[in-house]
Amino acid sequence: MSLHPDKLPLLHGLVDGELDAANTIAIEAHLKTCPDCRAELEQIQAVRDLIAAAPLREHAPESLNKRIALMIDAEAGPVPRAHAASRPAPMPGRLAWAGEGVAAHVLSGRWLSGAATGLIAASLALAVVVPQMTHTDMEDQLVQSHVRSLLVGHLVDIPTSNRHVVKPWFNGKVDFAPPVPELADQGFPLVGGRLDYIDDHEVAAIVYRRHLHVINLFVRPAHTLSLPGEVATRHEGYSLVRWTAGGLEYWAVSDVEMGDLKLFRQAYLARAQ
Amino acid sequence: MRGRGPFWPRLAASADRRTEEARERHDKAEAFRRAMMPHMDAAYNLARYLTRDPSAAEDIVQDAYLRAYRSFDTWRGEAAKPWLLTIVRNCFLNSVGGSADRMSGRPVHEITGELPDALIESRNPESLLADQGEAAMLRATIEQIPEPFRETLILRELEELSYKEIAAIAQVPIGTIMSRLARARQMLADLLLPYASRKARS
Repeated sequence: MSLHPDKLPLLHGLVDGELDAANTIAIEAHLKTCPDCRAELEQIQAVRDLIAAAPLREHAPESLNKRIALMIDAEAGPVPRAHAASRPAPMPGRLAWAGEGVAAHVLSGRWLSGAATGLIAASLALAVVVPQMTHTDMEDQLVQSHVRSLLVGHLVDIPTSNRHVVKPWFNGKVDFAPPVPELADQGFPLVGGRLDYIDDHEVAAIVYRRHLHVINLFVRPAHTLSLPGEVATRHEGYSLVRWTAGGLEYWAVSDVEMGDLKLFRQAYLARAQ
Repeated sequence: MRGRGPFWPRLAASADRRTEEARERHDKAEAFRRAMMPHMDAAYNLARYLTRDPSAAEDIVQDAYLRAYRSFDTWRGEAAKPWLLTIVRNCFLNSVGGSADRMSGRPVHEITGELPDALIESRNPESLLADQGEAAMLRATIEQIPEPFRETLILRELEELSYKEIAAIAQVPIGTIMSRLARARQMLADLLLPYASRKARS
């Protein structure tokens, strides 16, 4: 230890570049006359050099980075759509797609922008029988709602495993009546219900569990133009399964395996009468 | 792809207002990403040395980013890194039961300047070196330094924050930071320099 403990903070301040001019001059003058403090300074520098030479800084894992990015996306809500005026003008080459484009407009119920029209039209043309929706806003929103429900400790508005409580709870909150079957014996215990927003509309979210995983089942009226087909897809590491029944459209979202989620659809459909 | 699912058409009138709101949210999120995402390594590094546990550190960083996002309105454009690290530190304190004593208490060795004996005997640098290599040895040695000295050392040596910024994060006067830093470096010197000088001789 230094013989001048009062000088110690100044020595550290010196190596850290934290001293003002007056103190710097004072401590440098003192160092010239004090071998103890010089030795102390050398020791401080030696420790700093050891630390600086080694890669000691821990880096955030890529998975954490992704999880936080997704969380911020979920907090921020859906990406705003461009105003009509700022949409890119259609390119001449796009005329070739006009035929399929019309089908896309009818099916989606709104005019789609620029180049995306061609792509959507093409995918619809190929997949009229089994619609395959690859990475849409809809899936983004569903996954974000799912993630959000897990993050904010707001998984359910009405926490109960009793279906006779959940079903009437939706009454008056949404203008449709989603079936809420009990599926505990199938390995999907009911957790409760929640109101959520998808695509700027209220939807019913019925929450089930599979082991330790949460399944959010989003329900809303099927639009008359919506496709009747079933969809099973992976998005951002989550499984999504879509189906329609009884004029309602269902999206099940979870981090369980796709097989489990399909099993869930099967169990739900069998009981949802 | 920007296509929507095959669902209901929008009502044009309310869509404009919603688009405005969505744009504001979007702008806030963009500003947040630009300001805070570059400091994720710093956040993780601090959490990692505070918790000494990789998975607990991840939880704390994720929690911290969520809180940071929700209180982003209170950020006035000051240095982003210390602002974020203050939240990381608070999240850590919450996770260990909110006991601020842990970081502000003055344990015996702060007064005496000595390392606890058990610490020196249990994991000395040479046995760590034999186990894991030099960087891992240094890391484990730093992890053995008790709080609040460890966080002060990390913020200064690895994150290169100023005394003033560290004082703001730890919510203590600058003088306290200076004495903690001096103590932390002394502990490291006691642990490392015998090993370093032996290595230099051999």
